Amino acid sequence: MSDGAVPRFWREIPQRYNLIGNQCGSCNKIYFPPRESCPYCRRKSMGNMKELKLKGEGEILTYSIIYNAPEHFEGQTPYPIAIIKLDEGPKVTAQIVDCDLDDVKIGMRVKSTFRKISEDGYIGAIYYGYKFKPAEVKE
Amino acid sequence: MMRDVAIIGVGVTKFGELWDKSFRNLIAEAGSKALLDSGISGKELDALYVGSMSTGRFVGQEHVGALVADWSGFAHMHIPAIRVESACASGGLAVRQGYFSVASGMNDIVVVGGVEKMTDVVGDEATDTLATGLDQEWESFFGATFPGLYAMIATRHMYEYGTTREQLAKVAVKNHANGALNPYAQFKRAIPLEKILASPMTAYPLGMLDCSPVSDGAAAIVLCAADKAKEYTDKPVKILGTGQASDTLSLHGRRDICTFDSTVYAGKNAYKQAKIEPTDIDVAEVHDCFTIAEIIAIEDLGIVKKGEGGKAIDEKITTLDGKIPVNTSGGLKAKGHPVGATGVAQVAEIVMQLRGEAGDRQVKDAKIGLTHNVGAVGASCVVHILGVK
Repeated sequence: MSDGAVPRFWREIPQRYNLIGNQCGSCNKIYFPPRESCPYCRRKSMGNMKELKLKGEGEILTYSIIYNAPEHFEGQTPYPIAIIKLDEGPKVTAQIVDCDLDDVKIGMRVKSTFRKISEDGYIGAIYYGYKFKPAEVKE
Repeated sequence: MMRDVAIIGVGVTKFGELWDKSFRNLIAEAGSKALLDSGISGKELDALYVGSMSTGRFVGQEHVGALVADWSGFAHMHIPAIRVESACASGGLAVRQGYFSVASGMNDIVVVGGVEKMTDVVGDEATDTLATGLDQEWESFFGATFPGLYAMIATRHMYEYGTTREQLAKVAVKNHANGALNPYAQFKRAIPLEKILASPMTAYPLGMLDCSPVSDGAAAIVLCAADKAKEYTDKPVKILGTGQASDTLSLHGRRDICTFDSTVYAGKNAYKQAKIEPTDIDVAEVHDCFTIAEIIAIEDLGIVKKGEGGKAIDEKITTLDGKIPVNTSGGLKAKGHPVGATGVAQVAEIVMQLRGEAGDRQVKDAKIGLTHNVGAVGASCVVHILGVK
């Protein structure tokens, strides 16, 4: 991510901070991030997409541990990244936190948590968004 | 009705860290070689297509079509020059656009080039630029990297099909063995399995030697209406089929993490046009930007069944002396991966194979070949099928 204008991040705040998606009023399919129209219903869905707050719970579909990261993530390596299938259906890519690297497994239940994602160097903007943590805390 | 199109000339530069060559030197060199190989003088040229992913970020230059026409010596002819972009599939897509322009009857002879100059930037700039092919807002922003996304495909493939780290590493072993036989390859050397397995982790389960390198290089081909091809060459190679498909930009948006539907659809359309089955292929160049990418490519192209890509490596189906040799050039892994050049270089390799001019890496009696060029993590794909009688 290059240093740059901040408004493009403000634009995305509601979805990125709160996992707000939307639902097609015609076929009830749920989207995250929200879409202009439903790719399956198209015309029937236009003006008929309803905003929907997702619970932020789901399970890990697959994962990797990142050892080589872009500059603004370097302080965080090695970190797990995963594709999470949310209970409502949509899938998202996010970091897994609050557990050991070895704990991350396919099928693991996780829930979203609001965190700092990265920063544009020493004086640049700080970016926030969702990460996921184990749904059940280890004893 | 579309007419048949033949490839009448190919040219490639050496791939590698070519600090003494600039972007424009590279594409002009590949273009000159292709023209020389084709037997045309240059005056016959109707148009020029060039694939390049991110010239703006890699060398600070856009307006690539005009630049390449100028430095290849066609400015005074004022021919149309078109730059084509589809991330790492830019080269393959340029071939397809050139094909359409000749097949439609609009042009008789066109040259198609592909080029990338990736080593003029320092530090993370090359990998950050490649990452612009991912979904910047919903993947990169959250810390997903290019190797990380392919690594997630590998993790899931291991989970679903029992694919192993060793099988992934064997793809690299095979492609480096082939690259050792290719004078144009960036890494002209074999690498043993233990060394690949011991390379430092980039993104678990992929090590550094599971990844293709950052490279400079260019490739070019000359396309000609098939009925006119014999005027210029004794060995025309026909484009029998072409296919292109797209998918969600993000990996997480897909139906299945272990399948590139863009490959499936591009492949099906190319096979249908060429009127062949995957079993008819004698030699293939597939997009092995990471070792796992070759495994899912041979599955999605129907060369082996879904989930059996790892087993195919163990059974040596895809080695140089196997049933369907894959990546005889060394692939992106050993030949190098100057992104915009890759799709065109794949076609050049298959043309050399079908003409019987591939030297030490020649596949015996190769008559039908396939090229498979992927954009980023499978959001786009271009497949071509080439053949000689």
